[in-house]
Amino acid sequence: MSDWETVIGLEVHTELATETKLFCGCRNAFGDEPNINICPACLGLPGALPVLNERAVELAMRIGAALHCEIRPSEFARKNYFYPDQAKDYQISQYDLPLNANGWLELPDGFRVGVTRAHMEEDTGKLTHVGASGRINAALHALVDYNRSSVPLVEIVSEPDMRNSAQARAYVSELRGILMATGASDGRMEEGSMRVDANVSVRPVGSSGFGTRCEIKNLNSLRSLGRAIDYEVARQIALIEGGGVVDQETRHWDEAAGRTETMRSKEEANDYRYFPEPDLVRLAPDEAWQDKVRSGLGPMPADRRAALVASLGDGPSPADIDQVNAVVDLGLDRLVAAASEAGAPTALALARAANEVAAQADAGLRLDAASFAALLALEAGGQLSATQSKTVLAALLERGGGDPAALAKEMGFEAMASDTLAAAVDQVIAANAEEWARFVGGDEGEQKKLMGFFTGKVMQATSGKANGKDVAAELRRRESA
Amino acid sequence: MTALSVAAEVRSGERTARDVADEALAAVAADDSRFHAFLNVLGDEARAQADAVDAAVAEGRDPGPLAGVPVALKDNLCTRGHATTCGSRILEGWLPPYDATVVTQLRRAGAVALGKTNMDEFAMGSSTENSAFGPTRNPRGTEKVPGGSSGGSAAAVAAGFAPLGLGSDTGGSIRQPAALCGVVGMKPTYGRVSRYGLVAFASSLDQIGPFATTVQDAALLFDVLAGHDPLDSTSLPSAPEPTLPGIDEGVEGLRVGLCRDLVEGCAADVAARVHEAADALAKAGAKVEEVSVPEFSYGLSAYYLIAPAEASSNLARYDGVRYGLRVDGDDVEAMNTATRTAGFGAEVKRRIMLGTYALSAGYYDAYYAQAQRVRTLVMQAFDRAYASYDVLLGATAPTTAFDLGAKVDDPMAMYMNDVCTIPSNLSGHPAISVPFGTGEDGLPVGVQVLAPALGEAVLFRVARVVEAHAP
Repeated sequence: MSDWETVIGLEVHTELATETKLFCGCRNAFGDEPNINICPACLGLPGALPVLNERAVELAMRIGAALHCEIRPSEFARKNYFYPDQAKDYQISQYDLPLNANGWLELPDGFRVGVTRAHMEEDTGKLTHVGASGRINAALHALVDYNRSSVPLVEIVSEPDMRNSAQARAYVSELRGILMATGASDGRMEEGSMRVDANVSVRPVGSSGFGTRCEIKNLNSLRSLGRAIDYEVARQIALIEGGGVVDQETRHWDEAAGRTETMRSKEEANDYRYFPEPDLVRLAPDEAWQDKVRSGLGPMPADRRAALVASLGDGPSPADIDQVNAVVDLGLDRLVAAASEAGAPTALALARAANEVAAQADAGLRLDAASFAALLALEAGGQLSATQSKTVLAALLERGGGDPAALAKEMGFEAMASDTLAAAVDQVIAANAEEWARFVGGDEGEQKKLMGFFTGKVMQATSGKANGKDVAAELRRRESA
Repeated sequence: MTALSVAAEVRSGERTARDVADEALAAVAADDSRFHAFLNVLGDEARAQADAVDAAVAEGRDPGPLAGVPVALKDNLCTRGHATTCGSRILEGWLPPYDATVVTQLRRAGAVALGKTNMDEFAMGSSTENSAFGPTRNPRGTEKVPGGSSGGSAAAVAAGFAPLGLGSDTGGSIRQPAALCGVVGMKPTYGRVSRYGLVAFASSLDQIGPFATTVQDAALLFDVLAGHDPLDSTSLPSAPEPTLPGIDEGVEGLRVGLCRDLVEGCAADVAARVHEAADALAKAGAKVEEVSVPEFSYGLSAYYLIAPAEASSNLARYDGVRYGLRVDGDDVEAMNTATRTAGFGAEVKRRIMLGTYALSAGYYDAYYAQAQRVRTLVMQAFDRAYASYDVLLGATAPTTAFDLGAKVDDPMAMYMNDVCTIPSNLSGHPAISVPFGTGEDGLPVGVQVLAPALGEAVLFRVARVVEAHAP
């Protein structure tokens, strides 16, 4: 295995989050009743003509700007092939003159992946095969839903710069964050808002040429992407080492079986007969429009990670960095920023966001940042223990927000009077005299262990209402008395 | 009856639009079996439209510039709820759910759509013999073809069924049948009239335009249709100036280039008429000179690559999946093939194959791309000519109307009919065919006037003078 190097290039299709379709005024919506968002244009009726959606162009330019592309005069072309989900039996796409070209994307570890192009095109309708097994070959007939026909897409094509599946996953994950940050996409892979094809080949280490590549389709999650690439790399190496050759072909990832299978070979590939789309005029956004798009871009994930790391202060640990990456990936960094601003320690807010909130990422996206900030302020100020704070956080996540102080009160989480706490501590020490003696005379390790023991006992005695920090302070005071 | 006089009478209340419509419908019912100009007569629709015009007149509202004027529509213009066949079996049963922009414009102008006219299938042809529903006969001689592909509209106007007709012109499909039927036919600047709802043949060349019995009527109809349409991305944004008010300003001082390349290959009787028209313009005060634009001779070859290439893509959608004819097969591919095999005629298949070939990997540069370069050369040649001349003059078609069946088995001979009209389609410029006497066979000859982009006003002015001096 060590003799081979993997080469990966990715093609990512993203649906643009526009109100209407790319070439007509029909609604761009996922999950509606079939064939209600249709008109003569997106049904390809005779005589209907496409009219370009300005908002889609703006979002496509944002993607280009965020990926450091040149935005260039571009042209739409027709990609001709027969398929029932294709209303006109051609797809309007950009071919030799894409809107965005020559960019790059930097992974969180600093590795740069080249972006060849990011061009605009229309989506197809959706085929559903109806039959005993639901598989194409056994289907009795097929139904077509043209709601998706002519929904705007941007296809982002990378250079073959990635060398392993981890980089490929990191690329898609980072790209997803960028697409969401631009407002171009909702980033929902499972709904098909993002679709990934991987071009995979292997070559002897040290060689500069490329091996024969296979294109893998049907990668609907980061997990599928990683598994499919690893499978395909192993398949190609085994094939070559066994004296065979890799055929250039398109392969389908079977998630259940965990393997790639031949879809069509190069010989079966379509001749798409591209030519300039005569029903549309050239698309050449002027400097003013480009400047407006570039200056209107908000912070990208990399900027947000940097900001978060900076607010952590000196020397974040690798574990901190992992948390920062996770929080930014999930779009939860706004919560941390709001809490920091409200006076809570960034590290504490980061930990809550990376653990409790991240565990319910969808609820986290809806969570009101001010509520989260108010909660963290209560916890940092000692009014709530960590355990209490997490309980209130769960309630906030469920409701999307709320007043954490009021919720805490409802739950009976009012701060404990200091004399009540002192009494509870005294009781616990009296009941565990042997451990107390070991604590007082113990070394640092012993003390740390026993601190946990006593804290737990006090928590038990106060039904969890005591604040862990206050308990520790009481114990230290008695130790030095 | 001209459209101008019909509209004037209806607007003044002298005649009702309903009477005009009833007369026209009666004439079609009585005589069209001789010509087969119409595929589908819109009787009820026409009467309802006429009644709406009469109601407007009665209530003192403006009924529009075409009040009560019957218009014949080529059957590749979408009419809501009414069959639109493009002369093809493949659109059998399809009822468009929308009107073409020009159909809407006509209705707003008070015109009455009389019916849908015969055409070569998907506008591919020069004789209307490629219609799946049988040929149209030339009203000037029923053993002759009316030209094509808009032969039905040309014949409807020539037969007097309607003062106005609409056609589409991709390589001469308005001007050539106008010449052969002895009526006026005009192709506007590409983008001046909306293509929305025109079933596409070759999108970069197609343009809708008027048929009429007089140049003034053609200008009247053009003025109604010209304008920007947000539904057509290739529609020109500028607002047009009406052409009719200045149509009688004459040709004094205008520079007319008599284009040898649009005359020399033509029959002697046709060429003689073109020279007479040039002399008439000179007598009327124009400065007429002979000019040669040799690049025009490459136009035909370029056209017969570009138009089929676009057509091969435009006609892909007739696959039996969504509308029109479906012939079943064992799987989708077999169904597609069976449908297209049964639904398309020979000429359409020939052009789909030509166009598919021209766009194929390995042939694209030699054929499609090369044809586009020739197209650019033709445009540049026009630009050079228009640096010296305001308009160019030539023949519309190389001969007068030929016999039915004479060229059906010889596609190249049929294609040669378009040799004089194609350059204006490649350049996107306006051009008009004006009847100018007859040939030795007594059949009409058309003289063609060509103008630069957006030169419709000068085009009509010159055409008006040619018309006035016609023998």
